Amino acid sequence: MRTIQGLALLQILFFRFFFQRSSFFIFIGFAVALIVISQVQPLSLEKIRTSITDIASPVLGFISRPASSVSNIADNIESIVAVRKENAKLREENSRLMLWQPLVSHLESENLALRKLLNVIPDPDSKFTTARIVGDAGGPFVRTLLVAAGENQGVYKGQAVITHGGLVGRIVEAGNSSARILLITDLNSRIPIVLEKGRNRGILVGLNTDTLEIQFLPLNAQPDIGDRLVTSGAGGVFPPGLPVGYISDISEESIQVEPWVTFDRLEFVSILDYILPGIMPSTRRAGLADMID
Amino acid sequence: MEIGWVEKSALGIKSATPIISVFLLVVASVLPWHLPGLAPITPAFSLIAIYFWAIYRPDKLPYAATFFAGILQDILSGGPLGMTALVMLLLHGIVSTQRNFLQGKPFYVVWWGFSLLVPLVTLIGWGVASLYFGLVVPIVPLVMHVILTLLLYPFISFVLVKLQNSLLVRI
Repeated sequence: MRTIQGLALLQILFFRFFFQRSSFFIFIGFAVALIVISQVQPLSLEKIRTSITDIASPVLGFISRPASSVSNIADNIESIVAVRKENAKLREENSRLMLWQPLVSHLESENLALRKLLNVIPDPDSKFTTARIVGDAGGPFVRTLLVAAGENQGVYKGQAVITHGGLVGRIVEAGNSSARILLITDLNSRIPIVLEKGRNRGILVGLNTDTLEIQFLPLNAQPDIGDRLVTSGAGGVFPPGLPVGYISDISEESIQVEPWVTFDRLEFVSILDYILPGIMPSTRRAGLADMID
Repeated sequence: MEIGWVEKSALGIKSATPIISVFLLVVASVLPWHLPGLAPITPAFSLIAIYFWAIYRPDKLPYAATFFAGILQDILSGGPLGMTALVMLLLHGIVSTQRNFLQGKPFYVVWWGFSLLVPLVTLIGWGVASLYFGLVVPIVPLVMHVILTLLLYPFISFVLVKLQNSLLVRI
């Protein structure tokens, strides 16, 4: 009798062990299969991803309020400490900008007159939607943000995202009420840029760190530290002339760029609905998804 | 004595504490914290909870929960779908095999075990991400991310110990 009981116990233990182990291997298999599918057929899983982010974004928005108040406290302490220094800096900057003001308005009217004279076709207008950031993908693998606005609010895949400082990134996934921004600092971000001085074109590449790198600059280009760069508009994804950053370091191997945008301070961003006339389908403005993919 | 539905559901919620804590930490890792320089090196909060529960209450944290927590993190962060799930499952699986060794050991031994396993599974994640993107993912933020995760272990595990002692002790 005891032997039979012992055998039954062994059997139970064996099945439990086997089931536990097999469930481990089954889920490992699922994970690997998902990685392969999302690499080979990224669009096949996009609908599921966007549906889940649509559900999660109001929840994240609700929870992120206290998180942002934590950062506000940190900001306040930081600004109290720096207020005197900041004030002196702003006074100096203000007096410098006042000198520029008459020159800028003169140049603007001159520019307008010359454009009229040459019959230049004006750049298309862009409308924009402003949305709150509800998610910030932390970690060393991706640099993306989640915003609480989607196709219902006129946000589509491919649109450029900006803030008052400059270019933030572009929309890579858009659900009904949420969208994902691929930051310019992400490893997979490639932005066609032009140096303001010299008008040399290049590609700005993200490195998953706070700085970026310029690649494919012409060999005869002579960039300097402090040179500013803007979007070139090549490819039609971004409107030309959006400020991106400035050259912070030049070495034998690379040209480093510091972006204008301080990504960790962002709370709201503007999503540009920019369209080149005659290229995009009229039903889906700035729906560059098909072109990008 | 029969227990009512209120007690039953309270018991259910209590015994789901490990799963809830892992999911809450997944959400914490995708919140915008607005702290200077934190985003690229945000610690892997949820790995701490998975390691902890896999040692002390493996009966309350099935592999399925770990898998779905990883999938949720991948979806919310926009990373390769399945990558975080794979990293989390590997940590969970390895800890299960070492449970007999780790259970009942002093805190610093358990922390030491964590500091061996997290770099290992993160390195596997790094390999998968690099293959997936066809690029070498920069290693410096990755190292900072691991160090920050290791430094956070005592604080989060302290909270988890409190949860274990107050909610799960008789379940």
